[in-house]
This record gives sequence, C-alpha cells and structure tokens, in this order.
Amino acid sequence: MITKILIKKNQYRDSVFLMVINEQVRSLPGVEEIAVMMGTENNREIIQKVGFSGSEIDYATANDIVICIRGDDDEVIGKAMAQIEEMLTRKPRPEELEDVYKTLDSAIRERPETNFAIISIPGQYASREVRKALHKGLNVLLFSDNVPIEEEVEVKKLAAKLDLIVMGPDCGTAVINHVPLAFANVVSPGRIGLVAAAGTGLQEVICLIDRSGQGISQAIGTGGRDLSDKVAGISMLKGIDILDGDEETEIIVLISKPPGPSTIKKILRRVSKCSKKVIIHFLGSKPELISKSGAIYAQTLEETALLAVAHLKGEPYIQKNFIVREVDLQRVLKGETKKMAPEQKYIRGLYSGGTLCDEAMFILKDLVGEVYSNIPLNPELKLKDMSREQKHCFIDLGDDYFTRGKPHPMISPELRSRYILNEADDPEVAVLLLDIVLGYGSHIDMAGALSESIKTAKLKATKRGGYLAVVTSVCGTQRDPQDFNSQIRKLEEVGVVVMPSNAQAARFAAMISMRNINRAH
Amino acid sequence: MLKKDRNPDIKKRLFVKELVVVNIGIKPFYEDLKKQNVKVAHVDWEPPAGGDEEVAALLDKIL
Repeated sequence: MITKILIKKNQYRDSVFLMVINEQVRSLPGVEEIAVMMGTENNREIIQKVGFSGSEIDYATANDIVICIRGDDDEVIGKAMAQIEEMLTRKPRPEELEDVYKTLDSAIRERPETNFAIISIPGQYASREVRKALHKGLNVLLFSDNVPIEEEVEVKKLAAKLDLIVMGPDCGTAVINHVPLAFANVVSPGRIGLVAAAGTGLQEVICLIDRSGQGISQAIGTGGRDLSDKVAGISMLKGIDILDGDEETEIIVLISKPPGPSTIKKILRRVSKCSKKVIIHFLGSKPELISKSGAIYAQTLEETALLAVAHLKGEPYIQKNFIVREVDLQRVLKGETKKMAPEQKYIRGLYSGGTLCDEAMFILKDLVGEVYSNIPLNPELKLKDMSREQKHCFIDLGDDYFTRGKPHPMISPELRSRYILNEADDPEVAVLLLDIVLGYGSHIDMAGALSESIKTAKLKATKRGGYLAVVTSVCGTQRDPQDFNSQIRKLEEVGVVVMPSNAQAARFAAMISMRNINRAH
Repeated sequence: MLKKDRNPDIKKRLFVKELVVVNIGIKPFYEDLKKQNVKVAHVDWEPPAGGDEEVAALLDKIL
C-alpha cells in the first residue's frame, strides 16, 4: 500500500464539490481510501479517523485543500491524483460563464433585479454574506449550518428591521413563488401557505397536500433553532405576517418540533390575531394550548395536511389510522408476519429526514414502548454506540454525527445500505422502517439504489429461517425530478410495503411487530 | 402567474415579484434552478481575505 498526502494551500472548494471528488476517485481500481477535504479542525479529525496522519495534515488550515490517498501502488496513486487535479482545475462550461461571478456585489451590480439569495457557505462566514444580501434588499435562504446562534439572532433582527426574512440557518427546504429551493418538491400552486422549522416535515406536508389535489401558495422555512427561546421565533413571526397579508393564501400551516416555552406563547398570541384559519403541528405540544389561540391542533404531519385540505374545501375531517381498506391491510399484515421467527420483534428505523424520524418515534412510543435513538424523544433512551442498535431503535442518518465530511443520506444511499445489511444480521429485528424523500436535491433514484441491500437483507433473514419486513413511505409528488410511481414500483418489486405517509408507515411497522410478538406468545 | 396583491401596504408585498436568485456556495442549487428556467446567478465564493478573519473584518469596515 502506498500513501500520498498533498496540501493545496489557499485554495477553497465547497464541501459538496469535494465530496463528489471523493466519491468518484474512491471508485477507481486500486484505491483503498481517500480523503479530499478543506483542512478545518473537524475535517482533520475525520481524516485521522480514516487512517491518514502526518505533520502536513496537522499544519493545514481551513483555507487549504487536504488530499490524502491510499492505494495499491504508485500507478494507482498517479491516476487518482491526475483525476483529482483535473476535477479541481476544470473550467466552467461556456454557457455557465455569463452566470458565474466572484462576489455577491458583482452579481448584483450586473443583475440589479436580483431579489433572493441562497447562501450555503461555511457557517463562520455566512452571516457576513447574509448581511450584505439583506442590505441589498434580498430575502435569504440560509442553508449553512454551524452559524453561531448570536449571529442568527443578529441577522434575523436586521431582516425584521428591513422588512425581509432570513430562512435559516440550517434551512434546507422552501418553496417560494412556486419555485422549489434547495431540497424541495415540485408542488401545485394553491391556497395553503406554510411556515416550518422542520425541513422534511415541510416536505411531507406539502407533498401530501399536493397529492390530495390542493396546492401551496408559499412554503417558508425558518431553520431549526428559530423557535428556541433565544431566537424567539423571529422568522416564524415574519412568515405568519407574510401569509396573513398574502392574497394567494387562504389557510396557514405552522410546523415545528417543540418550541421554547416563552416562544410558543409569542407565536400563539400572533396566531390569535390572524385573519385566516391556522393549523398548527408543534410536535409534542398540548392540544388545549394550541386550540386556546383559535388555531386547529394537528397531531401528525399527515393530519396537518389533511386538516388544511379539509378546511380549505369546507369539508369535515375524519381521523383515520390508515386509508388502505382494512381487509387489504390484514392481508398484507398476515403476509408480512407468517414466515417470521418467534424471536423477531424489534423495529429499526433508518431515516434520512430528522422530522420524519421524530414523527415515527412519537407515534411508536404509545404503541410499542421505548424507542432508542441518536435523537431520542427521551434523553434516557439515547443510543450510546451508533454501531450497536438495541431493542426498538431509530437512527437519523442525516444527523451531523454522520454527515460531517460525508454526503447526506438523501443524496447518497451508501451509509443507509450499510445499516440495512447490519440490521439483517440481528435475528430479533422484525421490521425495518425507512423514508424515501424525493424532490430537487435528493438522489435521482433512491429506491433503485437501496434495492440491492434490501434484497440481500431479506435473503439473510430467510436463510436464517425468519422473514424481514421492510416498510416505507415515499415523500414526493408526480412532478418531482424522480419518477414518483417508478420509485414505488421499484420498492414493491423487492418486497417493500409502501404506505401513503410516514405516519401510516410507522403504525403499520408497529402492527407487524405487535402481531409477531402476540403470535410468539 | 402571481395574482396582483391588492394590499397597498408595500411592506406586506414580499415575494410578489418573479424570483431572481443569486446562489452563493453549493453549485447544485444553482444548477437545479437553471433546469427549472429560473433566473439565477452563481457566486463562486471563496473565503474573504484568503480566510484571514481579522483582515476580512477590517475590509468590511472600509468597503
């Protein structure tokens, strides 16, 4: 094995660009390991964890590109380095040149009609660019994470003063003026407006609204910390103002994980003054508190969507655990459990969307009891070792722990495939619960990409004399870049049970687990 | 096509105009907007002042 380390001083490339280099060069014959990253402290730790070390790495800075390769021989290293060099120095395509600028200032000077900025640069630099954008009159989608909370408060206060909005930090999803931004779905225009501090939660609700035949006026993200007491809901309050005054919006929907105790009061006070109907899904909040403000309480993301649609149409809403006919549900349930071994009982969730993972755990805690997780609802159920799941266990694979220096599981199937195969080695696992999230930004064929590992996992269980059930939902619409129907078909072809929503998928997984436990007794 | 907002209060008229975007950072966001025929520019961002935070802060004050 030969190792080569090279530092490119004072050259910057964004993390996604470098990840593409990693993925492509890793697949070259003879390459055993590769790390091409900016030399930040976090990245240098990751580089050391994969087995590269040396003073050049230690002295690299956040402004240097660190290149480490380990391969069979000098020829392999030479080819890998040549490919890396070619990718780093590749010029923009001619048709792109007129769109590409060196600075925000020069872009706006030449395009003074610019009215919106999407910012996805390292967190420590982000608020500087946000301030510039705000002073130029732009609303901002701030995708960057690791922005200090004090800076978040500062830029949001500035935005409020300028009558603008900062959506973020750590905001990955928005649909503004019917345009999906960052990780978002193609949804029909319509009369339901949303403000959300939960990316995949927003995606699930807008997709369900679209698939019910209704549409979206605006889907505004606020970033995950907006409803903490420190930020005090500045962007959510602005979003409510926007939708309350927007002619296109008839119903307002608010979505978040549990807000801070004083922020929720602030939000509900504002809601009580809304001229339009408001539907609120704040995970874990008390229904009475929400209803007192005049808003309508929604317990799940699915219920949020269905309530919004029902109120828009002036129709009654009837809660149902499943929309599939009971006779069909029972048939599928029997099919999924008839070949299970008696010891199979646990549900393992492997999620790409944090809010979807939260929702599934919230539903399951009342049905199957304790659920361990890397993002547990109860801190006592925190998973201590990420490689050793226990009992009912849900992993948010999009958590920072997994995505530092690695692609997000909505973009890349690799990490989730490994976890699927791992779970198949545990004879006590009855069912895997997944999410497949479509839309711009997401993998073009996640169903196809996970098929092999799902097939192999099921085969492992069968060879052991058992049966591994796999349940999922597909968060997407007919007009997303991925083919929605074909994603469902590919999953069903490998024996996955595809439910119409994350909530129904979680309930069905619980039914499988409970049925097999009952049969064993 | 967006409906004309009859609300005369200009402060409420956010998002009324056609989106014209500048993307700073991850290029796929720009590429996805191009595919949807949205007017979008891309800024090939680099750390200011070669990453020297102190110099960058001084430049911010002057410029």
